[in-house]
Amino acid sequence: MITELEMGKAESELELGLGLSLGGGTASKIVKPGGGGAWGERGRLLTAKDFPSVGSKRAADSASHAGASPPRSSQVVGWPPIGSHRMNSLVNNQATKKEDDGKKQAKDDETKDVTKKVNGKVQVGFIKVNMDGVAIGRKVDLNAHSSYENLAQTLEDMFFRTSPGTIGLTGQFTKPLRLLDGSSEFVLTYEDKEGDWMLVGDVPWRMFITSVKRLRVMKTSEANGLAVRHQDPKERQRNKPV
Amino acid sequence: MDLRLPSKVLEHILSFVDSNEDRNSVSLVCKSWFETERRTRKRVIVRNCYAVTPEAVARRFPEMRSLTLKGKPHFADYNLVPDGWGGYAWPWIEAMAVKCPSLEELRLKRMVVTDECLEKIAASFKDFKVLVLTSCEGFSTDGLAAIAVACSNLRELELRECIVEDLGGDWLSYFPETLTSLVSLDFSCLDSEVKLSDLERLVSRSPNLKSLKLNRAVSLDALGSLLRLAPQLVELGTGSFSDKLDQEAVSKLSQAFSEMKELKSLSGLWDVLPEYIPLLYSVCPGLTSLNLSYATVQMPNLVELLTRCSNLQKLWVMDLIEDKGLEVVASSCKELRELRVFPSGAEGLNDTNVAMTEQGLVSVSEGCPNLESVLYFCVQFTNAAMITIARNRPNLKCFRLCVMEPFAPDHKTQKPLDEGFKAIVERCKDLQRLSVSGLLTDKAFEYIGTHGKKLRMLSIAFAGDSDLMLHHLLSGCESLNKLEIRDCPFGDTALLENAAKLETMRSLWMSSCCVSFGACKLLSQKMPKLNVEVIDEHPLETRPDSSPVERIYIYRTLAGPRLDMPEFVWTIQKNPEIGVSHLAIK
Repeated sequence: MITELEMGKAESELELGLGLSLGGGTASKIVKPGGGGAWGERGRLLTAKDFPSVGSKRAADSASHAGASPPRSSQVVGWPPIGSHRMNSLVNNQATKKEDDGKKQAKDDETKDVTKKVNGKVQVGFIKVNMDGVAIGRKVDLNAHSSYENLAQTLEDMFFRTSPGTIGLTGQFTKPLRLLDGSSEFVLTYEDKEGDWMLVGDVPWRMFITSVKRLRVMKTSEANGLAVRHQDPKERQRNKPV
Repeated sequence: MDLRLPSKVLEHILSFVDSNEDRNSVSLVCKSWFETERRTRKRVIVRNCYAVTPEAVARRFPEMRSLTLKGKPHFADYNLVPDGWGGYAWPWIEAMAVKCPSLEELRLKRMVVTDECLEKIAASFKDFKVLVLTSCEGFSTDGLAAIAVACSNLRELELRECIVEDLGGDWLSYFPETLTSLVSLDFSCLDSEVKLSDLERLVSRSPNLKSLKLNRAVSLDALGSLLRLAPQLVELGTGSFSDKLDQEAVSKLSQAFSEMKELKSLSGLWDVLPEYIPLLYSVCPGLTSLNLSYATVQMPNLVELLTRCSNLQKLWVMDLIEDKGLEVVASSCKELRELRVFPSGAEGLNDTNVAMTEQGLVSVSEGCPNLESVLYFCVQFTNAAMITIARNRPNLKCFRLCVMEPFAPDHKTQKPLDEGFKAIVERCKDLQRLSVSGLLTDKAFEYIGTHGKKLRMLSIAFAGDSDLMLHHLLSGCESLNKLEIRDCPFGDTALLENAAKLETMRSLWMSSCCVSFGACKLLSQKMPKLNVEVIDEHPLETRPDSSPVERIYIYRTLAGPRLDMPEFVWTIQKNPEIGVSHLAIK
């Protein structure tokens, strides 16, 4: 229990030296909405002088604000205090009023992107792997693998061999997979940064891990269909710079 | 003579005691009552996931069937808590999977939930029934697929305002044909389109479905066919309400709405076109809850709708309703208990440039005798209005006023809004939750400290002059449980003088104030039952004691320092070498 006497001592020890000094504080962040999230540029403690539209008589310090344009209420992080879903909706509404439909779509994506940047969690190196017929996807750390064979082995272990204490995802398959040589029921495909689905294995490993977004263990029969619907993967890779 | 109740008898009696508050009291009577109570509690609520360990909870309540957890502090909703701070659901799910495999219900708020978490739930709890995630993030639609496919007795799946990595609408198609137990489904926060035929089949094989909240991507046309399949719905969240429909489709939709005799709650209504408002007329008289906060229609259309909602108890609307519209609410919705008015623009000025003022709220306070909960965003306010509101409605329990411009004074007298808030806390003796805004001096907080005896949660921004403000609150508000402050120019003295108070509260948040690093260290040293977290982007070890910190989050805990702190969160455990002698405290 802290007594007042101790408090007095503590205070003199701490030498607070804080007042309403405005230039020295590092408190507020002043950012535009949808901008840098919580770690925006360092600002200073905001006072009434920062909001000149309000005729305030606050006796704040006379620290000068020369050069700093006063922030509007929409430029302060977390103000007005409405949740991010609602904030996104507001931004979209205002965008529609000013721009045509095409631009609005871009704005939608922008706000979604920003939302993800501010709140999304992306584990570096881990990407998702799904297998046809299995609802429960997994994640694999590409940085922990050095080659396609490595990766294929991990995936085989993940989806086809159960260890004690984990759920058996498929259970019924007993043959080894051989995902990479086209000899099994399944092929390994991936979605690249442009959103195209390609067969895994044709580009050098290092190039692959920089462009892969996620993986899918696809039934061979479906993969053929895939090549028809989208650009033939082999053709695509021929056109890609090596 | 042994006067003790046999535990079987006590158990039977306790089976009628539902409220956890009562059960907490029961558990304090004596050891045997503690034992009987803990063995029979089915519904456990942990309002701060770091206040206690999952193992301790599982050990104490072995028969737990329902667990509710809250993670991040409330100001996380406004992006004031940096990413990676914490609030992870995984340790809880992992622990319960082992210790409470009969868990049926999980309700999480402001927590980080990953796909692994969802997969673990699907795999571990055989009789899982209810998953409600509010303001959670960290998972994708793949995780939802895992829940859908594996939980064969699923009753409720609700995603409220979550941030979800949306990989497409396939997840819905994973509900098996054998799943017929669905009572509530809410995917309103997702973006992608789900397959309509799968949704229709799901709805038609769910005879117990009472609540359905669609996302924006579900078209108006699709809505019609869904309503025809589920006329028994009590709660409906529509999708987008703006497609162009031909005459036949419109009349079919109107017919579908009129068949919904049980509908009590309506939401969604994104982009609703004025010409479609009449479609809703048939359900209005039965509605007790109406959420128009995403409906961008103007006042005249809103009024047409609201005059027909005579049984409305809860109304959420945008400031497009204007003061005039609220006057109509005051005369038509006499049963109103809760009103929330949200801004339609970030500046508080909507399209028509008609600002929301104090007038609207005054009208509602006059016309609606049961009004007890208010959240009101507006451009200006006056002390006189607050005094009137307080006089009209001493039964207010929750009063959250947000004048959008920080430091805005009474727009008629240019004075601070101290007197207005004084009236509120003086008259409304049962006030439990208060958010203040506008120009406020220390006096306002003296009043709050003096009169706000039942106040449990208080939110403050851009207010006060000195440490006195905090001192008044911490020493005066006896029931204070959660206090959150941002951008107020003080900290140390009041905090240290009232340190003991912090152990009686759930949590204190202060950001962009003037709390020094030294004070944080001192507080941590002296109050071992608190976690004093300094959340600051810049490294603290070399900082002088006098330098202010960006954010502090202080909460009482039985679990000790948490083990999952990121590098920008500092607690004293990270610097155990800080000697007591350095701070010269006995």
